[in-house]
Amino acid sequence: MVRKIAFNLSLFQEYIGNYFKTRLTYRADFWVEVFSDLLHSAMNLVFILIVFRHTPSLAGWSREEILFIYGYFLIAYGLFGAFVNFYNFTERYIVKGEMDRVLTRPAHSLVQILLENVDPPALASAVVGVVIMASAWVSLGLPFDWYDPIMLVVLVAGSLLIYTGIYTALASISFYTDAPTGIMPLMYNILNYGRYPVQIYNKTIRFILTWILPFAFVGVFPAAYFLDRPEDRDMALLTPVVGVVFFALGLVLWNRGVRRYRGAGS
Amino acid sequence: MTAAYLELIRIRFLTMLAYRVNYYSGIIIYAINIGAYYFTWRAIYGGAESLGGFTAAQMTTYIAVSWMARAFYFNNLDREIALEIRDGSVAVQMIRPYNYLLVKVMQGFGEGLFRLTMFMAPGMVVVCLLFPVELPADPARWALFLVMIWFSFLINTQLNLIVGMFAFFVENNEGMIRMKRVAIDLFSGVLIPMSFFPLWAQDLLAWTPFPAITYLPSSVFTGRMSGAEAWEALLVQIVWAAVLVVPIILMWRASRRRLFVQGG
Repeated sequence: MVRKIAFNLSLFQEYIGNYFKTRLTYRADFWVEVFSDLLHSAMNLVFILIVFRHTPSLAGWSREEILFIYGYFLIAYGLFGAFVNFYNFTERYIVKGEMDRVLTRPAHSLVQILLENVDPPALASAVVGVVIMASAWVSLGLPFDWYDPIMLVVLVAGSLLIYTGIYTALASISFYTDAPTGIMPLMYNILNYGRYPVQIYNKTIRFILTWILPFAFVGVFPAAYFLDRPEDRDMALLTPVVGVVFFALGLVLWNRGVRRYRGAGS
Repeated sequence: MTAAYLELIRIRFLTMLAYRVNYYSGIIIYAINIGAYYFTWRAIYGGAESLGGFTAAQMTTYIAVSWMARAFYFNNLDREIALEIRDGSVAVQMIRPYNYLLVKVMQGFGEGLFRLTMFMAPGMVVVCLLFPVELPADPARWALFLVMIWFSFLINTQLNLIVGMFAFFVENNEGMIRMKRVAIDLFSGVLIPMSFFPLWAQDLLAWTPFPAITYLPSSVFTGRMSGAEAWEALLVQIVWAAVLVVPIILMWRASRRRLFVQGG
């Protein structure tokens, strides 16, 4: 087990090293990507700031609380964008048949595919998230305990596992059918529902965001742990549990899919 | 000559038609986005009757129609032009006995026609079923809106031409293309109507072509602007469409002298 983890970590180092060697040949492209990620966060930030000029609260949440939640969302979203990227999975690995190459190697296929598609510029969002969250933390005057950073890491890890699990499960669909389902881009849009407290949605959507596509665990619930919101605090502690469950689900579907996979035949 | 340009519209329309299935999921994606903003705005209104001059019901209609208008006027001409300049194929296009920019606009029209009939129209039906959208009862308002979104399309396309042509002058204009996209979403009123911005920003934005793309036609559609104000909105669009021709011609003249294709 330990040897396996060490092996994967060494792979991680190699891949990241190679990424920077190839990408920094075209430095401009790299910075353009960072820049446009920043623009997107800026756009959503401007939206929140303008909207709160006209209302004191959003479904009972103040401006600073909404910013805090958005900051948390950005941290998880940025990390996810940087290290989990299935956007071209069907096209590149199934239709063009690169999956065959991956399967001839000793490392786990999922590890390889995640590492081949790392996208560090996306980390810019995570950095912005930290800044937003920290400034909201200060202006809300929240207490800061020594274990808060540890809790943040645990909760973000849980959120990241939820994202990874859901997208791994969706990518596995490609093993069963090679027809383009168009479900991936769809999911990237649904994910944005997590930016705001689930309380603003209707009952059905709230249920979906909590239990079926639990994007509320990548935003309002874990953020409520730090905010003074006793009613959502229990949900916050569920984050790592939901994360493990969804990641396990994704992994099982993936492994079954790989066993079923017969190649593109080209 | 006109026949050649009309043919370009037809070809692009048919090309798009071949990929129409891709746009069915596009409709769902737009519906999801409209949903996100619908619920957010509902929470913003809370108990308030009217904010920024929009009633809560008008706001729902505004979001729906703004996103669906975006489905129509959006195109990738900026990236297409930049790509053709970078890979040098623009040189071959320039030799041909037609105007390169007009060709791009015609292809844009073909795509626009497709997006209007296959994307925006069915999308509007779906959105009306999902959300409490209030359609205008007055046929004149519909007519004016239909004219106005063509100007939205024209102004957006003109901005795309300008940003795309920057590839003649800088090595990499991808950053500029993305910046323009965010600017259009944020400052044209798709996400937030102009009247919600602070006054200084409203005054500043009034001097940019962005509000003419979404805010004006959507305001007319929702009934926030009517009568003389609506006609004035159309006039603003016409003026912008005319004004933007100037930088396009200037850039095009300058760029033909600058173009240097390696290998080609």
